[in-house]
Amino acid sequence: MPEIKVTPLGAGQDVGRSCILVSIAGKNVMLDCGMHMGYNDDRRFPDFSYITQNGRLTDFLDCVIISHFHLDHCGALPYFSEMVGYDGPIYMTHPTKAICPILLEDYRKITVDKKGETNFFTSQMIKDCMKKVVAVHLHQTVQVDDELEIKAYYAGHVLGAAMFQIKVGSESVVYTGDYNMTPDRHLGAAWIDKCRPDLLISESTYATTIRDSKRCRERDFLKKVHESVERGGKVLIPVFALGRAQELCILLETFWERMNLKAPIYFSMGLTEKANHYYKLFITWTNQKIRKTFVQRNMFEFKHIKAFDRAFADNPGPMVVFATPGMLHAGQSLQIFRKWAGNEKNMVIMPGYCVQGTVGHKILSGQRKLEMEGRQILEVKMQVEYMSFSAHADAKGIMQLIRQAEPRSVLLVHGEAKKMEFLKQKIEQEFHVNCYMPANGETTTLFTSPNIPVDISLGLLKRESAIGLVPDSKKPKLMHGTLIMKDNSFRLVSPEQALKELGLGEHQLRFTCRVHIQDPRKEHEMHLPDGSIMVESILIQATAQSEDQGTKVLLVSWTYQGPPHFVTAKSAILEE
Amino acid sequence: MAAHLKKRVYEEFTKVVQQQHEEISAKKLRLTKPSKSAALHVDLCKATSPADALQYLLQFARKPVEAESVEGVVRILLEHYYKENDASVRLKIASLLGLLSKTAGFSPDCIMDDAINTLQNEKSHQVLAQLLDTLLVIGMKHTENPAVRMRLLDVACKYLTDSSHGVRNKCLQLIGYLGSVEKGATKEAESLATKDVQKIIGDHFNDQDPRVRTAAIKAMLQLHERGLKLQQTIYSQACKLLSDDYEQVRSAAVQLIWVLSQLYPESIVPIPSSNEEIRLVDDAFGKICHMVSDGSWVVRVQAAKLLGSMQQVSSHFLEQTLDKKLMSDLRRKRTAHERAKELYSSGEFSSGRKWGDDAPKEEIDTGAVNLIESGACGAFVHGLEDEMYEVRIAAVEALCMLAQSSPSFAEKCLDFLVDMFNDEIEEVRLQSIHTMRKISNNITLREDQLDTVLAVLEDSSRDIREALHELLCCTNVSTKEGIHLALVELLKNLTKYPTDRESIWKCLKFLGCRHPTLVLPLVPELLSTHPFFDTPEPDMDDPAYIAVLVLIFNAAKTCPTMPALFSDHTFRHYAYLRDSLSHLVPPLRLPGRKLVSSPVSSSVTPHEDPSQQFLQQSLERVYNLQHLDPESTQELLEFTIRDLQRLGELQSELAGVADFSATYLRCQLLLIKALQEKLWNVAAPLYLKQNALASAAAKQIMEETYKMEFMYSGVENRQVVIIHHMRLQAKALQLIVTARTTRGVEPLFGMCENFLQEVDSFQRGFISELPHMQDSFVDKLLDLMPRLVTSKPSEAVKILQTTLRQSTFLHLPLPEQIHRATSTIIEPAGESDNPLRFTSGLVVALDVDATLEHVQDPQSTVKVQVLYPDGQAQLIHPKPADFRNPGPGRHRLITQVYLSHTAWTEPCQIEVRLLLAYNSSRSKASTSLSKSTWIDSMEALPPSEYGIEGTIPFSKPVKVYIMPKPARRALV
Repeated sequence: MPEIKVTPLGAGQDVGRSCILVSIAGKNVMLDCGMHMGYNDDRRFPDFSYITQNGRLTDFLDCVIISHFHLDHCGALPYFSEMVGYDGPIYMTHPTKAICPILLEDYRKITVDKKGETNFFTSQMIKDCMKKVVAVHLHQTVQVDDELEIKAYYAGHVLGAAMFQIKVGSESVVYTGDYNMTPDRHLGAAWIDKCRPDLLISESTYATTIRDSKRCRERDFLKKVHESVERGGKVLIPVFALGRAQELCILLETFWERMNLKAPIYFSMGLTEKANHYYKLFITWTNQKIRKTFVQRNMFEFKHIKAFDRAFADNPGPMVVFATPGMLHAGQSLQIFRKWAGNEKNMVIMPGYCVQGTVGHKILSGQRKLEMEGRQILEVKMQVEYMSFSAHADAKGIMQLIRQAEPRSVLLVHGEAKKMEFLKQKIEQEFHVNCYMPANGETTTLFTSPNIPVDISLGLLKRESAIGLVPDSKKPKLMHGTLIMKDNSFRLVSPEQALKELGLGEHQLRFTCRVHIQDPRKEHEMHLPDGSIMVESILIQATAQSEDQGTKVLLVSWTYQGPPHFVTAKSAILEE
Repeated sequence: MAAHLKKRVYEEFTKVVQQQHEEISAKKLRLTKPSKSAALHVDLCKATSPADALQYLLQFARKPVEAESVEGVVRILLEHYYKENDASVRLKIASLLGLLSKTAGFSPDCIMDDAINTLQNEKSHQVLAQLLDTLLVIGMKHTENPAVRMRLLDVACKYLTDSSHGVRNKCLQLIGYLGSVEKGATKEAESLATKDVQKIIGDHFNDQDPRVRTAAIKAMLQLHERGLKLQQTIYSQACKLLSDDYEQVRSAAVQLIWVLSQLYPESIVPIPSSNEEIRLVDDAFGKICHMVSDGSWVVRVQAAKLLGSMQQVSSHFLEQTLDKKLMSDLRRKRTAHERAKELYSSGEFSSGRKWGDDAPKEEIDTGAVNLIESGACGAFVHGLEDEMYEVRIAAVEALCMLAQSSPSFAEKCLDFLVDMFNDEIEEVRLQSIHTMRKISNNITLREDQLDTVLAVLEDSSRDIREALHELLCCTNVSTKEGIHLALVELLKNLTKYPTDRESIWKCLKFLGCRHPTLVLPLVPELLSTHPFFDTPEPDMDDPAYIAVLVLIFNAAKTCPTMPALFSDHTFRHYAYLRDSLSHLVPPLRLPGRKLVSSPVSSSVTPHEDPSQQFLQQSLERVYNLQHLDPESTQELLEFTIRDLQRLGELQSELAGVADFSATYLRCQLLLIKALQEKLWNVAAPLYLKQNALASAAAKQIMEETYKMEFMYSGVENRQVVIIHHMRLQAKALQLIVTARTTRGVEPLFGMCENFLQEVDSFQRGFISELPHMQDSFVDKLLDLMPRLVTSKPSEAVKILQTTLRQSTFLHLPLPEQIHRATSTIIEPAGESDNPLRFTSGLVVALDVDATLEHVQDPQSTVKVQVLYPDGQAQLIHPKPADFRNPGPGRHRLITQVYLSHTAWTEPCQIEVRLLLAYNSSRSKASTSLSKSTWIDSMEALPPSEYGIEGTIPFSKPVKVYIMPKPARRALV
């Protein structure tokens, strides 16, 4: 029985360190190669020794697929390819390939230069690793080898995020990566066709959440910013460099444009600027509005948003500043925050989740007095707002994707176990398909019944299909022919053809059956020497009985008057 | 004697007509018939290879074929068809047969048998499909003939089992178009005939080819369109098709389900996997709602659109569409809308400042959460959030239609519509504002909603702002704070975009009218009056102050206690505004003042009839006095024209009629004047210089007649005849004048010829109207036609002159509704003293904003003309997208005109005005020219040989000051 095996090395009942091994029809594929943000030791990378203890990874893996550029999906890639050693192909989309090294480099800098870690991958390793990458387009079918093919679908989430279909023969697996089913200001919604995979591996970050319409959130956000700016206050928005930052920029930019506002918007330089460059380039990956209007004006060429300089923070008058990092734990955003915290006209908007212990988390939980380093007490008078802008599919979105793809079974990763449990139950209930949620290192095996394609000659097909009454029904149909299995290929040919090919002669089997008829009148019959009866004409009618397929009722009648005789015979299946 | 004369004239008249007819048909025959089929035959015989033959056929297809010669051509084609071995040539022939049978006036039943016969021997599927298509064309021409239909239907059923999808497609199409609609009527036609068409089509709902499935559904829809009542049993089949793999099938299936839901709204269907039952329309509604989250956006648009027209759905289901249960970590969460509502009802000021304001509350029973609803849940929530703006617009439209029929739904969908005001695509925003306006009767805005609505007033797009003003005109506001908020925001809007002045004032007028009691407590604050102190008098010219006053005065109309709160200067300002902006400020009953008598508003209804009567009477008077002496006729006409013009100014609803008839009378007056000229009596060589009046009159009459024909909407054929008749008279006049003033006969020949042709085409165009025109110029002219044709030009002119003098004045029947096309240029205003400077040789864009009223098809007729001081004129055709249609009969042109000129030394004014282009071939006179639907190459033909094109200016010219500067030289 053919089977598909899935083993998560990371992201099994967990968020972070996405890395899933899939073996399908003898091919081994690794999906994503991420790091875990919560750990600084060996646990931050997936345990690649699980794959092989002493052999080379390249021999075991046919390919690696990276769904998008977030570090929890690609952070371990240089380590995996350069330090552990993998030389096979790595597939990712064009935007991911462009942006991924920037983030990896940034990650390396923070780990090595700031935290002073050794035994970490170097810049050169990132470059070498990227040389192994093969970029793919959306909906492009890439042949990894003769049998394995992969195809990318749009996933929303961040620029260049993709879902991948991995297909060997008629067996297929779809891996969603992270995706978003509701479009936002700069990206569209995930989409997949009815590809009916054997297995759908889906993220489930928001397995138990159904979100409100994003319009309310956007409106609230804009209203808050607008009011504050009108009051003459300064607005600080701490963001991470990529993803949400661009969405918020577009949001504010269009709003400024629409409302003819004049207050300046600033954006901290560095990483974000580089990334914006790529957003400008990969217009085809953005949403309908941006794609349609970029001929007139590229939406990422901001008119109102300018680069930020440290000195601007002290300028009088209203302004909006996007600053990194997003949790106010260090860097520019914290500096600005300290400057502005004292004025109640100012406002800080936290657009995402904050980890416990950071300044962001403290102010969000309502703390008004903060102890900074050097025993300073910072009194927070500015308004603190929280806005959740997240680009993962919610429970409804996940269900919608499952409905679109119509998989034969579902496997959940990238989420908390408790939440998955709920969604799993729902999926099984609504779609009547099996749903799995393996933990890290746990292998899920599912059996498939792949179709076996058989070639049939057109003549035979036409002849056989002409026999039936309605040629166009979708129902399975019985065909008569000879199946030839030869050199790994299957062919259905007509019996004559088969005989010819095999060089065999035709044998005819004749079944005779003696019928005893107790009848005194025998004038018209002639007994031949061998004991059989000769009648001028005889009618034999064979009809199949419905209860028993193997039994046929034969009606034998001839002109000679007398009661007809029913003869029941077990008919043999003839291979003529 | 008179009777005798009449008889003689009549005889001659009939003769002439007959001759002409013969001539015309003879001409056509000679021109085309023999050449066509013969040439084709020769060509096809010459063709050596299939490619050659194909070329000939293609060439042949470029030219139309007359109805009489079609049959011959068909025979030739069929003959070649049988001989031809190449499938592509046969295909082309088959398609030509279809085209030919479309020819107007040709009855294709004679080729039907042949076509059916050819089917039998045909092997190629493509050719088969094409032949069936031809049969379809034939069948379409004989839809009322049951025998033909039965025959074709049989053919179609026979080929339904073909293995090619194209053939099956065509068969289904054929059945859809020709399948018998009335069931009872076919009974006598035996069992063969009473084939259940629906059953046959239904069997192909699960064909293996998606194209055939689509065709089957389409055929079913076609049957429905033709009036066959579809059976309810199809419903379950159609539901299955909703989950088809192919989008076109799903799209068609959605339509089919919609049709069925409209046919059997009340019948009961069971819910699968439970033993409950619901109404079919509710079930269908749920299913279509489900399709709003389909994978293909085409289907989503289709589904969203259809939802709007399902008004019979029960309110329980309807309200589900807006429902989306939120949860977070399995705990119930309230939506932002619910929170806003709660905040509002608790009276607390909106804080929205706490983190976890939206913190989830109660735990949810995991079993009760249904993530994929089978019903209508949240369909609109999805639709409005869709990725494609087409879907969002369709959803907004559907929302609008449903809300119009259900007030409670309107109340509920308000939040969502308000949300759409912030969509990223302007069209969607605009559409949702319009939608809101349409349902505004059913709703009252809450303060927080109003707040969001008003925030959009700052939008930089003018369309959005104006739409919003219109919305505010008809919104109900619940509190006085709401009114205040609206006023404040509108004033803000006014300072930011001063051009919106008019629209804001109008908006405040209605706002005041609607909420007098809410405005009342605000008055002291708005007028900043103080119980003890006098406050400084505000500036009367301040648009913001005027805006406030407009609001207050309109509220005061129905609130008699309000004027007591006014201070002295307010009364003075009232008097001023009542005069200067009378359309915005209503008459008020003020204490110590007489009601300013306003005849217009106080007694509109009794006035209407007398003025109508007056109009009728004065016109009657003119028409009755036929035999007055010329001087008094002229006088009477002049008076009547004056009266009519004045009437038009006073009564705006009669303006169209009055103007129209005044113009006609003016033409008549001009004609009479011209004929009264002394010059006719003077010997020819002497009045060379004096003919100015007559020829000018002729020219002017021509112009006026064009105006009458093209500038008024609602002109009927009866009027067109008279107008053309008048034009004919003017032409006659022109001819006479030229005949008198030119020497030599040669040019006259041509002119006479032209004129006679003119008369001829008039007669052909309006043959049905001729009996009504007795004793008129044309009537007499036609009597004299034989003489005119044969006589020399000089004689003809003489005849014309006498006829023209003797002819009577035709009565112009007034149409029901007639409106004159008018336009006003709002921008450029022509007030600026600052010249528009630009470098010569380059272009400058001038924004033009104009309103057009009663213009039919402005996209093709309205042009902008720019006149430069040097007399150079430039005609600009605005893009079709520049026209907007804010209301019936009204259009708005917002466009940019590009100017350029060589350098000037001084700034100078150019004139901008709007022109109405006309083309007489478009007029009703030539609609008889049937355009044959041969093939697309018809487009290449010239529009019409006797189409006269021209333009009529219909707006006041506006002067714009411009200054093209000389280009700066490059640095030396």
